Amino acid sequence: MVKNKENSEDLEFWATNSEEGGWNIASTDEGSQKMNEEESDQQLKIQTGSDVVDDYFVEEETSEDERMIVNMGPQHPSTHGVLRLQVELEGEAVRRVKPVIGYLHTGMEKTGEELTYLQGPTNTTRMDYLSPFFNELVFSLTTEKLLDIEVPARAQTIRILMTELNRVSSHLVALATGGMDIGALSMMIFGFRERELILNFFEKTTGLRMNHNYIRPGGVAADLPDDWQKDVKEILKVIPEKLKDYDEMLLDNPIWQGRLQNVGILTTEECLAYGITGPSIRAAGYGWDLRKMQPYSGIEKFDFNVPVLQESDVFARWRIKVLEILESLKIVEQAMNSMPKGPYKIQDKKVTPPPRKRLDESMEALIHHFKIYTEGFKVPEGEAYVAVESPRGELGCYIVSDGSSKPYRMHVRGPSFCNLQALPVVMADSPIADAVAAIASLDPVIGDVDR
Amino acid sequence: MYSPDNIFTTTIDKAVRWSRTQSMWPVTFGLACCAIEMMAAGSAKYDLARYGMEVFRASPRQADLMIVAGRVSQKMAPVLRQVYDQMAEPKWVIAMGACSSTGGMFNNYALVQGVDHIVPVDIYVPGCPPGPQSLMHGILTLHDKIMAGEINR
Repeated sequence: MVKNKENSEDLEFWATNSEEGGWNIASTDEGSQKMNEEESDQQLKIQTGSDVVDDYFVEEETSEDERMIVNMGPQHPSTHGVLRLQVELEGEAVRRVKPVIGYLHTGMEKTGEELTYLQGPTNTTRMDYLSPFFNELVFSLTTEKLLDIEVPARAQTIRILMTELNRVSSHLVALATGGMDIGALSMMIFGFRERELILNFFEKTTGLRMNHNYIRPGGVAADLPDDWQKDVKEILKVIPEKLKDYDEMLLDNPIWQGRLQNVGILTTEECLAYGITGPSIRAAGYGWDLRKMQPYSGIEKFDFNVPVLQESDVFARWRIKVLEILESLKIVEQAMNSMPKGPYKIQDKKVTPPPRKRLDESMEALIHHFKIYTEGFKVPEGEAYVAVESPRGELGCYIVSDGSSKPYRMHVRGPSFCNLQALPVVMADSPIADAVAAIASLDPVIGDVDR
Repeated sequence: MYSPDNIFTTTIDKAVRWSRTQSMWPVTFGLACCAIEMMAAGSAKYDLARYGMEVFRASPRQADLMIVAGRVSQKMAPVLRQVYDQMAEPKWVIAMGACSSTGGMFNNYALVQGVDHIVPVDIYVPGCPPGPQSLMHGILTLHDKIMAGEINR
């Protein structure tokens, strides 16, 4: 439709001569609704059929009746938790998407203000429940930056070992649930089967399969178990073999390729504009990885590559997770071979509680133990922001300390939250069948979105 | 409604109760961390299919059991209740994990302090999150409860 030429003369004419004016009269708040009597040549050509509009998606002008708003979630199996989407459909095509979040809002940032720094990881580990170690790590690193302390080399390497294994398990779940969403049910079984292997090692080390509370300010909670190399070696042996199966089953599968290639495009510019990080931006041809850009916990000592793909579609986002698993396993192997000896906690009596056996021998140790576990250690006034590369992107923690033993304010920059805002861009003007594939490829964890 | 046991109803009772335990289809109500363990329980190693319940139904109309897996926020509470109301009788609820049982460690403005404020709960599974073994123990306990109980609830 050609836009109305709105000049005041016309408006007045239609407002005053409405009775005689004949057709299509309106002097509404929005101004004149007068139709143009003469349509442009292009408009006429489209109407007569000599000019065919090929691209259905570009043409925006349709009547309101054809649009339908469908509610998806919050209780929906393929929204990866309790995400709710209001999808505006036009036939089969998705026109607009409005994500509604907050169905898993747990008030963790508020709870974080009531817990001491030693208790803090208990809280943060439950945010992004697929990568608990990263949440603990980023909280601990921020606290350590405020305290201005350096953890021992063994603690640093244990942290790298555990977080990189966690990246593998998290990506395996992303591949598994992503496969299930698109209809590859065997991928679901496979991904969780391999994940069990890593979770068994986590359980052996930390006592829990998830929500470990293992990485704490000042080091890690416990040393690695006896014969831990055996378990890690088995992981290093089994998982690459199984990844070959995935390649054979899905990535080399023409049906899978046809389903996912050129679907859900998210370009580099869009990634930068929306603050997308993690595998999504690396699949869009931009090699941004905080492990290389802002190394943490001594990861700069390890030799690994950052895989970058150019296709920026769902298939590339899927493929890059498989490549990243292989790179993470390289880091795990180096960490295993170069594990330093020594303490796994900082030997600073103000931060680390004394070992249990010292309590029977020393009065001071008992007092220290009591003070650290009841009041907690005091952190100097100031503020700090530290970011790590979680499986979903930049996971940052910002803490303001007022000098007491609890954070004055704790804020977390969740990668899923920022990645989720690309959903309207990825899903807009695509068929509804691709919507689920697009959600799965962005891999949002709602615990990280809502917190 | 109380039905007195007699020689005819006891046998039928038993058959009905047994059949209810053997194919109890859960509704997919994954909320948070526990949902991942619930999925792990349904996958290869733990394999809920052994108890005839690998079919997680997306529609509450086809489900008998709601496993509330994770923390229930104030915003989610009406949704949860609606899903429960949409389920056909007979129906059971398992509160999986500390958060859905009691609110867990999050005693704050955002969370419902226990899902039993909203729906009647049959089994509470402890843990944060409960492992797949714990969940399966909870499910088997529910089976025992059904076998021991009346058919008209």
